[in-house]
Order: sequence, then C-alpha cells, then structure tokens
Amino acid sequence: MPSYDGAADPAAPVLEARGLRRSFGRVRVLHDIDLTLAAGEALAVAGPNGAGKSTLLRLLAGLLRPAAGEVRVLGRSLRGGDAAARRAIGLLSHQSLLYDDLTLAENLTFAAKLYGLSHPAAAARAALEAAGLGDRSGALPSRLSRGLLQRAAIARALLHRPRVLLLDEPFTALDAAAAARLREMLRERLTEGLGMVIVTHHLAEVWEIATRVAVMVDGRWVADQPRTGALEAFLPRYRTWIDA
Amino acid sequence: MTTTDPSARIIARGLRTSVAALAGLAVVYVLAIGFTPVEARQGVAQKIFYLHVPSAWCALLAFSLVGIGSALYLWLQDPRLDRFAAASAEVGVAFAAVMLTTGPIWAKPIWGTWWTWDARLTLTLFLFFLFVGYLALRASLHDPAERARFSAVVGILGMLLVPFIHLSVYLFRTLHPQPIVLKPSAPSLPPEMLRTLLVSTAVFTLLYIGLVTLRYGLAMAEEAREEAGDAA
Amino acid sequence: MPETLRLALAIAGKDIRAELRSRTALLSAIVFAALVLVVFNFARDPTALSAVDLAPSVLWVTFALAAMVALNRAFTIEREHGALDGLLLAPLPRSALFAGKLLANLAFVGTVEALTLPLFVLFFNVDLRAALPGIIGVTVLATVGFVSVGTIFSAMAVRTRFAELMLPVLLLPFMVPPLIGAVQVTARLLAGRPMSEMLGWLRLLALYDVVFVTLCTMVFPAVVDE
Repeated sequence: MPSYDGAADPAAPVLEARGLRRSFGRVRVLHDIDLTLAAGEALAVAGPNGAGKSTLLRLLAGLLRPAAGEVRVLGRSLRGGDAAARRAIGLLSHQSLLYDDLTLAENLTFAAKLYGLSHPAAAARAALEAAGLGDRSGALPSRLSRGLLQRAAIARALLHRPRVLLLDEPFTALDAAAAARLREMLRERLTEGLGMVIVTHHLAEVWEIATRVAVMVDGRWVADQPRTGALEAFLPRYRTWIDA
Repeated sequence: MTTTDPSARIIARGLRTSVAALAGLAVVYVLAIGFTPVEARQGVAQKIFYLHVPSAWCALLAFSLVGIGSALYLWLQDPRLDRFAAASAEVGVAFAAVMLTTGPIWAKPIWGTWWTWDARLTLTLFLFFLFVGYLALRASLHDPAERARFSAVVGILGMLLVPFIHLSVYLFRTLHPQPIVLKPSAPSLPPEMLRTLLVSTAVFTLLYIGLVTLRYGLAMAEEAREEAGDAA
Repeated sequence: MPETLRLALAIAGKDIRAELRSRTALLSAIVFAALVLVVFNFARDPTALSAVDLAPSVLWVTFALAAMVALNRAFTIEREHGALDGLLLAPLPRSALFAGKLLANLAFVGTVEALTLPLFVLFFNVDLRAALPGIIGVTVLATVGFVSVGTIFSAMAVRTRFAELMLPVLLLPFMVPPLIGAVQVTARLLAGRPMSEMLGWLRLLALYDVVFVTLCTMVFPAVVDE
C-alpha cells in the first residue's frame, strides 16, 4: 500500500496558507484567509454559495494567484510555479479533467507524462487496476457512468502520489453506492497520511470522514474546529449559512 | 458622487481640455481657410489635409500608448494602466475613423479614386482594425482582471505588428512602383502651410489628451458605481 | 531531452492523438478549403485573368481561411471537463504548454495545407513541379508566423462567447504580413523568377516568425494563468 511519508516532521503542516486575498474586479472575494493542514487531516469547508470556497480551493491548487498572501505545500511556496510544490498537489473536481477523445489509459498515461513519472504507461495501467478500472482502460470517458468516471478522475488525481488532495464538491451527482465507495477510498488514503481539503455544499456527505470542519461566509472564516460529535449538534449554530 | 470625488475632478479636467481643443479647432479652421495659401495642383480640396494628417498622427499616438500601457500593465499589474489603455483605444479608433473617411473624401475629387494604398492610409486602416479587435475583445469579457490581461496581450502584439505592416507596404511599393505618385503631403511645404499643419497637429493632440482624460474619468465613475451597486 | 521539450512533445502528441481519433476539425477544415477553391474557380472569368496570375492569392486566401477553422480546436478541447485545469495544475512550464499547442496547430494546419495543394493544382491547372520545394519552404515560413499568433488568440477567444467570430477579428490583421510575403514569393516561384527578387520578402517572413514566436511565448502565461 503506498504511503505518503517523506516530511521530516510528521506534525509539520503539508499545506499552509497565510493572508490569502483575492478579488473579482474591485470586489474582495477572500479576506486574509489563513489555513493549516497536517498529514492525515481532512478539512471540510462548507458555506453558502459565493462564499469564496471554490476560489480558496483554486488558490490552494495554484490555479489562481493570490492578490496577497502565500500558499505553501510541504514548506515550499507555490509562487513562481515551483515544480516540487505542484507535484505534491492533486485535484478532484466535479469535472473529470479527462479528454473525451482519449481512452482512460491514454488519459492517464498523458497525466503521468505531465508529472514526469518514469514509466508513464505502466503507472497509468497500475492506477487503473487499483481503481478497479483495468478492464475499462480502453474505454472513452463519454462511455462511462458518472460513478466510473469519478473513479477514473480519482485515479488521475492520485497518479503522482500527491501529499495533498483538494476536492471540489466531489460528491456531486454520485449515487449512494458511488458516494460510499468514494468515502471509503478517502478514508483509506487519510490513514496513509494524505491531507485533504474538501469543499462541499452538503456537510452530511463528508461529516464522517472529516477531522476538522470550517465554515466560510463572504470570504471569511466563521468557524474552524475539530469534527467531534454529530452533525445535528453542529448545524444549529450555522443554520443560516449551511444546509446538510 | 461628492465634489471631492476623484473621478469627477478628472472628468471636469477632461471636459475643459476637450472644449479648449474644440475651440482650437475653430481657430485651425479659420487659419486653414483664411490664412493659408491654396495649393496649386489640388485646389481648395487639399485643405482637408489639415484634418487628415493630424488625425492619422493621433491614431498612431493613441495606438502607441495602448501598446505601452499594455506592456506596463503586464509588468506592474496596475489597473489604472488598463483603464488608460482602454480609454486611449476608444479615442484612437475615433481618430482613425476620421482619417479613413477624410482620406477618400479628399482622394476622389483630386485623384479620381476613393482609395489609395499609400503608406499612411494603409497603416491607419490596420490601426483601425487592431483597435476594433481590441475593443471587441474587451466588450466580450466580463471578468475585469481577465479583460485587462487579454487586452494587454492584444495591445503588445498589435504594437509589434505595426512595423511589419510598414515594412510590407514599403517592400510592396519598392517592388511595384506606382505609376502616379499619390503622396497626400508634398515633400516640402511652404511656411504658411507648415504652420497651419503644426497648429492643427497640436490642437488635435490636445483634443486627444482631453478626450482620453474624459474617458478615463468616466471609466472610473462607472467602476465606482458598479462597485456601489454590487455592495448594495 | 530537456524537460520543456519533452513536455511540449507530450502535449502535441496528445492533441494529435485526440484529433486523429475524432477527425472532426481536420475534415471540416479540408472540406472548407476544397469549397473555397471551388468557389474561386467558378467565380473568376477564365478569359479575363489567367490562372497563374490569380493562383498565389487564391492559394493563400484558402490556406488562411482553412487555418482559422483549424485553430479554434486547440483550446476548445481543453474546455471540456476542465482539462485545462489539469494542465495548469501540473508542474508544467507555460512555455512548454505554448510550444506543445503550437506544434499541434502546425501539424494540423500543415496537414490541411498539404491536402489542399493537390486540389489546388487540380482545379487551377498550375504546374508546380519546378516550384514545389520553394513553395513548401515559403509555406512553412508563413504558416509558423500566423499559427503562433493564432494559437495565442484562440486561447483567448475560447473564453468569450463568440469564439469563432473573435478569432478572425483579432487574427486577420496579423495574418497580413505573412500572407503578403507568401503571395509575393509564391507568385515569383510560379513565374520562375530568380531568388534575388524574393529575398526581401523571405527576410520579412523569417523576421516575423522570430519576433512573434518569441513574443507569443512570452505573453502566453498572461493568457492562461489567472
């Protein structure tokens, strides 16, 4: 089973953000956001639409540049597109990031090449086998159900053994069985030391796997606490902003 | 908008400068009609020259400033530079349009043809197309940061296209010498004509400055209003 | 192999493989080019203008229009399923991404040009044998120029609502110097003129390529990075 150790100090954060600011035109979307994530931690981020959750995730992924502040992955700044920092990040979006005209095997082989893996085709094959998609490696993404597509997307996201996985509404349009499988897979990875930030609209879906819960409203944190107890106890305080 | 609102002050300054320039245009008109000799070969129609050449100059000035503003924006990321470049493009396209309409109006009675592919007209035509592309792109993008970045790229690429257009026209003409030398300006001008031309150019430049200032101020006011609307 | 080159080739390879599987853009561009040639053929008066006089202009207008059809696809495929995020997320230098897209676009436009040329010979009855190496050379020179600018603009146009309209509006002014140069050189090649008459234009084409490929590589990050 792959494990994700490598940091000298297991308690050192795998992901850190300080003073993040981002605007859309003159409108401030994020106000001085800080965030710390340790290995094996799963941070669930909830909040109303337009709160800035997706913007935050894209900043953490290095897809957006902050107007102020910094994101550090394994202690390395993302600024300037540091290769080692980027290699430590994986993204699982509600979109699959796959090309419709390439087979699953071709898609993952290409991703492996992007990350400079030494035997791209072999790595792709292994990842597809591990995801239970070995017999579908010659299929085109358009032929797959949403659940299978999500599995392929996960395989792509974890192909390069990232230390941090960023998830943007990963449970969208998944049926109960696929959602359970996803939760199970995430749980396994957490025990191996992968750190996660999960942006979600529906806390109920991630409540069980989350180790910490945070709520963002209008670009600011209104809550950030360890996930203890039941969802029903947590919700009332934040009823106005989040639903289950 | 309070009286100390910076956009209001800029708009006021822009209006004052533009009005002064328009007054200057009236002076140019008087100068050109009353105090400048009539050109022997081309007759009175030649006098459109005093509008035509300065317009071309202003279009080129406007475009160069769009290019420089764009390059500076990509380097410094200051949104004011983007606002300035956009204002310069809008004013520049107007000057280019003036030049492109006065050209044929002049050419037809004198040379019997609406269009000549001479260097100045061709270049201004390309500036016009580049301006139009720049403004069309801006109009179709709604994220201010993306709009500023993309326009800046077009501005820089456009600025570097201009020498190539020039070079193409030059190569074309040296290899295809025109049977008639269609030069809208005589190689050396008598002093009164030169004087009128220089005055006109100065007035047009002042008009450019006034209009760009005005447009810049209006853009500031627009942004402030949108922001207030979003916050409400 | 330097990392940037390896990545560029991987990206170009991916684009080419994807296009070979779907073939839609390639076929559309080729059919379009054939139609343009047919229209030109019917639209001219054979007694008034000889084919050889008109040929270079017709050939290059056809190439230019077909290139426009082919160029849009490079970044439209990245919009599906957020694939562009996958590229930008990776440790991928943006110059490698630009180079990869440029190579793929050159492969496409080059293929369309290579398939259009025989059709052109067929419809216009021109004899290309002597001029062929020269024509291939000038085609490469001119194509590199306008495809590099076209790659940048298609990356931008794809973010607007009217990409198919925005790309031509932005790109056509930039196609003019390479097109003029290409037509002038092609005309002289077909007429069997000496090389000395073409040097000026060839230098223009080469200079254009160097300036714009460099410039486009430099500004590309501003187009893809937010």
